[in-house]
Formats: sequence, C-alpha cells, structure tokens
Amino acid sequence: MEYLLAFVVGGAICVIGQILLDVFKLTPAHVMSSFVVSGAILDGFGLYDKLIKFAGAGATVPITSFGHSLLHGAMEQAKEHGFIGIGIGIFELTSAGISAAILFAFIMALIFKPKG
Amino acid sequence: MVKMKEDYKNKIRDYQPKPPYFMNCFKAFLIGGLICLCGQGIQNFYMNVFHFSEKDAGNPTVATLILISALLTGFGVYDKIGQFAGAGSAVPVTGFANSMTSAAIEHRSEGLVLGVATNMFKLAGSVIVFGVVAAYIVGMIRYFYGLAF
Amino acid sequence: MKKLKLTGKQTWQFENPLFIHSSGTAVGPKEAEGPLGQYFDIKHKELHCGEDNWELAERRLMEQAVEQCLTKGNKTKDDIDLFLAGDLLNQNVTANYVARHLSLPFLCMFGACSTSMETVAIGAALIDGGFASQVIAATSSHNATAERQFRYPTEYGGQKPDTATFTVTGSGAVLINKEVSNIKITSATIGKVADLGIKDPFDMGSAMAPAAADTIAQHLKDLNRTPDDYDLFLTGDLSGVGSPIVKELLKEEGYDVHDKHNDCGLMVYRPDQQVFAGGSGCGCSAVVTYAHIFNELKAGNLKRVFVVATGALLSPTMIQQKESIPTIAHGVVFERADGGVSS
Repeated sequence: MEYLLAFVVGGAICVIGQILLDVFKLTPAHVMSSFVVSGAILDGFGLYDKLIKFAGAGATVPITSFGHSLLHGAMEQAKEHGFIGIGIGIFELTSAGISAAILFAFIMALIFKPKG
Repeated sequence: MVKMKEDYKNKIRDYQPKPPYFMNCFKAFLIGGLICLCGQGIQNFYMNVFHFSEKDAGNPTVATLILISALLTGFGVYDKIGQFAGAGSAVPVTGFANSMTSAAIEHRSEGLVLGVATNMFKLAGSVIVFGVVAAYIVGMIRYFYGLAF
Repeated sequence: MKKLKLTGKQTWQFENPLFIHSSGTAVGPKEAEGPLGQYFDIKHKELHCGEDNWELAERRLMEQAVEQCLTKGNKTKDDIDLFLAGDLLNQNVTANYVARHLSLPFLCMFGACSTSMETVAIGAALIDGGFASQVIAATSSHNATAERQFRYPTEYGGQKPDTATFTVTGSGAVLINKEVSNIKITSATIGKVADLGIKDPFDMGSAMAPAAADTIAQHLKDLNRTPDDYDLFLTGDLSGVGSPIVKELLKEEGYDVHDKHNDCGLMVYRPDQQVFAGGSGCGCSAVVTYAHIFNELKAGNLKRVFVVATGALLSPTMIQQKESIPTIAHGVVFERADGGVSS
C-alpha cells in the first residue's frame, strides 16, 4: 500500500511540474526553484510532515522535500538557540543530500566524458 | 485583412506544434512515480536491513538516489530519460543530482578548479539559493509568530 | 563613373564571372546517417571526431572541410589569397584557431547560422572588386559546443519541445575564383536584421522566418524577377516550424514559392532521427548546399538556386534579460554554367 501511495503522490507532484513546464512555459530551473520554496512554505504551515506521513517516499523524494528539510532543520535549532538557530540549522538535515550530490558529481566528472 | 507581420506572435500560433499535454503529463506521472517507488523501496531496505528508524532512513535514501542519478548521467542515459519524462525526472531529487553531475562532467575540459568545481552549481544553484532564502523567511515568520502567540 | 554593382536596395550583381571551384564537407555521425550521408566528404563515426573535447572536434571538422576543398580543387594553401570564416562559438574561436593553423590572410565573420552565405557573398564581392583572386569561405557548427554554450550541458535531462531544432555537427568550405566551372555565382542579397518579438530560444524557426522572407522578397524586387525565374529557394534552417511560415509571409508579399521552397534543416536529417523540428546551425546550410545542392547543379538537375542562410543573433544573456531574438538572412544565387572541368 505504501508503495502505491508513494507512486501516486510522487507522480502527482511531477505532473504539477510538467504543467508548469508545458502550459506556463517555465524553465526547469524556475520549476525546481518554485517547488523548493513551496516545500518550505508547506512545512511552515506544518502540512508537509503530514504529507510525508501519508505518502512516504512520494513526498521525500521530490525536490519539494528539500525545502521542507531546510526549514525543518532551521526550526529545530531555533527551538534551542532562538532565532540565531535558524541560520545554524538550515543545512542540518539537507547536509547529507547536498554533500552527496557534490561528491558524486565531482567523482563522475573525473571518471566520465560527456557523450553529447 | 491583417498581415501576418503585423500580428506575428499571434498569427504563428497555428504553425507552432503544441506540446502533447496529456501524454507529457502521463509520462511525467509514470516516471516520477516510479522514481518515488524506488525511493520507497530503498528506504525500506535501509530500515529493515540496517535498522534505521523511519526518520533516519531518509538521508541514506536520498544519498543512494543521488548516486544512481549521477551514474546514469555519467553513462549518458539520464538525458534520454529526461527527454521522455520531462518533469518526471527533473522534479525528484535525481533531477537535482543530474543537473550538478551533467554540469560537472561537461566542464571537465576547463580543468578541475575553474571547470568542474566552478560550474557544478550552474543549474542547481538557483534551487539552493531559493530554498535557503525561503527557509530563512518562513523560519523567521514562524519563529516570531510562535513568540507572539 | 563606373556602374554601381548594387542593384536596388540590397542586391549585389557581380560583374565578373565568378565560380565555385571546389567544395569540402566534414560531418558527424548523425549527419552521416542522414538522407544526404553519401554526399559528404568526411564522415565521423563519433561526436568527438577523434579529439579530446568538443571545441577541438569542431575545429577538426573545419580543418578537414578546408583540406578537402583544396585537394578536390587541385590547389594548395599557398594558392589562396584570403580565408573568410565564422562559427557559432563565443569570439568565433573555431574560425580563429583554424585560421591560425592555415596561416592565411583572414577575415572573421559572425552571422550565426547565416555565416555560410555571408562568407560566400563577401568572398565573391572581394574577387569581383579585384581584391583577391582565390578565396576560401568556410563555416562550422557542432551539436555539443552549441548546446553547451547556448543551452544546457549535454548530459542534462531537460526536455526539449517539438519546436526546437538540432544543431548540425558539420563544416563546409568552398573555393571561389574566376576559373570557369559548372557553378557560377551571379548575385547576392545582403539581409537586414528582422525582429518580430519572438523570445523563445527553443523556437528559432519562427524567429528567423521573417528575415528569410524579407531577403527573398527584396532580392526578387531588386532584380525585377519572379519565383518562376528560379528552380529552388533554399533556406538554411527554418526547419519544420519556420518553413510553412516563410512561404505564407512571401505569399502575402505577392511571391508564391510553395512548390519551389526547401529547407536545409529538413533535408539533412530523416524524421525518425529524433531531431524535433529539424536541423540548424552554421554547418546546416553549408554542408547541404556545398555537398548536395552543388551536385544537383553540376548534374543539371537545378539551373538557378537562391540559397538563403538564416541566422538567429541571440545570446543566452539576452534571453535571460528577456530580450527578443533578432534574426538575419543572407542569400546567394548559384547558377549552372557550362564550364570546364570542376570537382
């Protein structure tokens, strides 16, 4: 069941992205940026956690969850350190993802040549 | 009669092929859903085999998906998936990894420092910048709202 | 006072008989597999063309096109007075670095995808004016160098719309002189920049069609001719979207070219080669014209062709600044001549 929900919710989020690309003619960078901001805003209202509980990977895999993690980490640290905590916590939860992306991109650039 | 030149942008609409809206959305739904499905599988794998809690399994799951996406980019496969799936491959975190890896691989010819390292965030930078700025703003609002009420 | 060779507003009529002495073409794998594959001189099996990076690959293509042009024409580098060349890359590096290798007097030209006819027109004019006697005009483009400069890294998974065009990996070079051959250059029309407000870099056909229509219409007006005087109006890279538009625009000016129009972007690839609306790039008009069209002229299947290369004069920065795309089209008339031996 959780697989079905992950498939459907994840797919639905991608469909919203496709509509932004085809109908509103935004570039992929614009779409991804607006999704990240939406993830942060939805988490601000406490809604994204609910979506994650409901859809599992269907909510954690799309780039919207990146916005959610940025805010989440910030809020966790804000609880402890006041509003300075916002800055301390922003990359706390997203560190694994960003570091992995940087490291693997670098390694791939060493191993592979572009194929066109 | 209005000449084509005088109302060009509107008059050429008939000549511009429209994107196959329904088909594109269907393909995006399919591939995006599949990628999330794999993510769910990977998450369960980490939870059952390595005994991560649901919360902790998120990080290795994302890292694994990023590795897979980087490899597919390196092998020259991801761009073909992207042409087929559109948002279905761009919206999941795999799209983020592809944007970084493709830029890094492409600029290898300019060296490691000025090529690979400098250009890596060419496409992904906007995501990080907007994410952080949004998190700061929403975070501030949430924080001060919490203090006031 | 000597008669002005400018006829009408934008057309040059050459006083001396000028000829295409020889031509050379070098292409990448996709073009080699296309419908005109058999006509190209050098065909690479792989996009890197045996080089380490994309820019070197494009340079190699231009060097090979020029080499072939010289060999087929039984000339050497030392016979050449002037080299005119251009490409799509910033600062025209392909042309510059090939010129370094050739070590010939060199004039660099930029007309985006209209460079082929721009270089031929200027080369012909310089010979006609007595400033040179043997001129090589060359241009090139490469799919990966264009993608990497104008759009996205080549391995990026972005989705292209059906209006997009596919930059041709290829280079073409011609040797122009007064030695009689089967292909005569009789006139050229220099285009003006047109811009009807198109801002989408993934639909350049729509942006360039007005420029092509302008140049063709002006050419016919200047020479007081009609479409019946020609066998073919060949545009450079309007491709699937721009081709019907240019025919319609010309019809509104009173010129019906429906059964006499073709486009290099539609000829260089088969529809099943996944090239969206068709081919584009400096190399597109060059390789199709210099390989295939010249063959047709030599064989007598075509007698008078007006080749109109179309260029989109944009840059990524201008697009990001929300500017529209200015475009230009330059045309040259090639005619079958009963001449001496040519290659």
